[in-house]
Amino acid sequence: MADRVKSKSAFHLAGDPSGTPVYAFVGNPNSGKTTLFNALTGMRQKVGNYPGVTVERKVGEFFSQHGHPIRVIDLPGAYSLVARSPDEAILRDVLLGRRLEMHRPDRVVCVVDASNLERNLYLVFQVLELGLPTILVLNMIDQAERKGVAVDPKALERELGIPVVACQANSGHGLVPLKVAMSRIDLPPPERPWLPGKELKPAVEEIVEALEGRSGQERSTVQAEAILILSEEEHVRVAGSVHVGDRAIEVARRHEAEWEARAFDWRGEIVSSRYESITGICSRVMRRERNLGPSVSDRIDSVVVHPIWGWATLAAVMTVLFLAIFTLAEYPMGLIDSMMAGLGSMVTAWMPPGDLRSLIVDGAIAGVGGVVIFLPQIMILFFFVGLLEASGYMARAAFIMDRLMSRVGLNGKSFIPLLSSFACAIPGIMATRTIEDPKDRLVTILVAPLMSCSARLPVYLLMIAALIPSERVPIMTKVGIMSLMYILGTGAAFGFAWLFKRVLMRGEPSLMIIELPPYRRPSLRNVVMQMLERASLFLRKAGTIILGISIVLWFLSTYPKSPESVSSSEAVAQSFAGHIGHALEPVIEPLGFDWRIGIGLIASFAAREVFVSSIAVVFSVDQGDEEGLTPLRQALLAAEWPNGSPLFTPLVCFTLMVFYVFAMQCVSTIVIVKRETNSWRWPLFQLVYLTGTAYVVSLIVFQGGRLLGLG
Amino acid sequence: MSLNLSELDVGATGIVRAFAEGSRAAMRLREMGVLPGTEVRIVRLAPLGDPIEIEVRGFRLSLRKTEAAEILIESDDSTD
Repeated sequence: MADRVKSKSAFHLAGDPSGTPVYAFVGNPNSGKTTLFNALTGMRQKVGNYPGVTVERKVGEFFSQHGHPIRVIDLPGAYSLVARSPDEAILRDVLLGRRLEMHRPDRVVCVVDASNLERNLYLVFQVLELGLPTILVLNMIDQAERKGVAVDPKALERELGIPVVACQANSGHGLVPLKVAMSRIDLPPPERPWLPGKELKPAVEEIVEALEGRSGQERSTVQAEAILILSEEEHVRVAGSVHVGDRAIEVARRHEAEWEARAFDWRGEIVSSRYESITGICSRVMRRERNLGPSVSDRIDSVVVHPIWGWATLAAVMTVLFLAIFTLAEYPMGLIDSMMAGLGSMVTAWMPPGDLRSLIVDGAIAGVGGVVIFLPQIMILFFFVGLLEASGYMARAAFIMDRLMSRVGLNGKSFIPLLSSFACAIPGIMATRTIEDPKDRLVTILVAPLMSCSARLPVYLLMIAALIPSERVPIMTKVGIMSLMYILGTGAAFGFAWLFKRVLMRGEPSLMIIELPPYRRPSLRNVVMQMLERASLFLRKAGTIILGISIVLWFLSTYPKSPESVSSSEAVAQSFAGHIGHALEPVIEPLGFDWRIGIGLIASFAAREVFVSSIAVVFSVDQGDEEGLTPLRQALLAAEWPNGSPLFTPLVCFTLMVFYVFAMQCVSTIVIVKRETNSWRWPLFQLVYLTGTAYVVSLIVFQGGRLLGLG
Repeated sequence: MSLNLSELDVGATGIVRAFAEGSRAAMRLREMGVLPGTEVRIVRLAPLGDPIEIEVRGFRLSLRKTEAAEILIESDDSTD
């Protein structure tokens, strides 16, 4: 205990009031930082967001060599502490102790890719300037060797004056020495490896003065912060962080204006002089054998980004992805379906008939089941996206697609999220976190629901069945109509992206400077862990709201109650939902929809595929699974307006499909967009613009079709 | 002879001389190690001709031609 107290007093800071030492994990993207974090903490980790920002916060724990708990925070990967995005601002603010929800970490573990030492050491230098005791993990030594690069950890340790641990995170090699190093009680703060030149000194001093009154930090930290302020072109702020204060920034900008006037490139100076020291160190600790010939990655890339084979590879990867989603998901989806049905009948058998039973069976179980059934698809997508990211293919897909995506103002990184949205918008939207530029990310989120997801398929299939009454029509006609829906949605997504970038989010185009990391064998454990995290997050976030909406929808379609003798379709007609459907009829009549279709639209607000089952109830079809869509199709074809004209004309069926291409009929998406944009503003905007577009386009299709004599 | 990086052929190398005035990519590139005096090699173009893949300090970067145009270089083969 005495030791612990002593060590604390040496740091002047307690990362955690309980006395558990807190380490921050810092490193470049692709340095293997998260693999190492997972290897250390295993399942003992918590994942959430930083309050007020959509940046993932990962905290884990493990036990030291002496059996004491040690806490670890996995910070976002970055190339520099000079922040340009919310992720990088969080990294900076945590290390500076500017976050409100947590103390400053006590110590830092810097993970560097040994095969890429020079660039990785840049961030290490910035971290060492902060003055926190630091351990360097020299990761991926095996890959460096294969690349013909040998790094001497002992020499690096002498050069930097901090402990250096050689590691191969993916094989677990070096984990024990790292734990030993992290268990050390006496870890001295580092010496500054680099100091600003004399031209910068007066400015740094003045900013330090402006900062000092506010932070109560050590001088080395404040000085490092001053240099960061001078290095940034714009100060990126995030919610939940203590602001540095306008005065410090004012002072910095004043000096900068003066330097600019005499053409002194101070930012270049700061970066170059750091790299000078780094190059010096590297020349002493690193041996590079030249001319090893093309690497494995190079040979893979000669096919994967080849002008012709590149497209073929991309198409093949996507085909496998979608085949996996639709074939592999089938079994667990069937299982969930029968489990939900089983649960429903169990409750039905156990409980006396009445409102409560109906609430549980028809409201809660049916409603939640309708969403949970998509979980297998969502998880398979998460798995594949994780695999693509970890293997390095994601960056190649962005490289190939950037040219096309930039036509509408997006960048290559929007491609995979949008493509994933063809299966389900939720994993697509959650995958947008790899897009650094906040505007590009937001636009991608806004248009993602336009990609026709798998929940629309049942609606499309029903409408095509009703639209083409004869079995003699060639299958290609059906395929053609289906494809048309997909093309319509995709075209609209790109159109709206272009529009939003021009109107809502003007400004200079985003940068597209991304690393093309060497291909790596993905760690299955990491990918599975990430998949489970995201899936449980989706269930937690969406679960309660979906349950709530399901109960509301159940209430609307059940009350006021009709006498027992009345048929179920009659009962629905007399319910609130029926009343709303009637009230809605004047609005949707110009689209060719009557009040019964209106009920279907309302009922499927929580999830699109519910349209099919609610339409079945409204048109009194006891839809058995065995018979498929045939009885429902016949009922639809027999349905009429009060004046005797048929309701489901081919034009109406087509218009309904078009409506579902655009309409935001998915509560889960709304909830996830709220989480990913951190406000209700964007999901509500999305709801309005998508529903509005659905209405207008459907109106044009129906009225236009009638004018052409198709109705 | 003054060239920018987007004008180099695939396979060619060049030494970074400076960044164009008002370059938005400059700070990010510099922090990743693309500095005056650094050697850069054009590895390949994306299938549609843009962005380009470059090698610098032993790693690979993808950048758009507009961004590459902000990197002014001294070409190694300055015969033509």
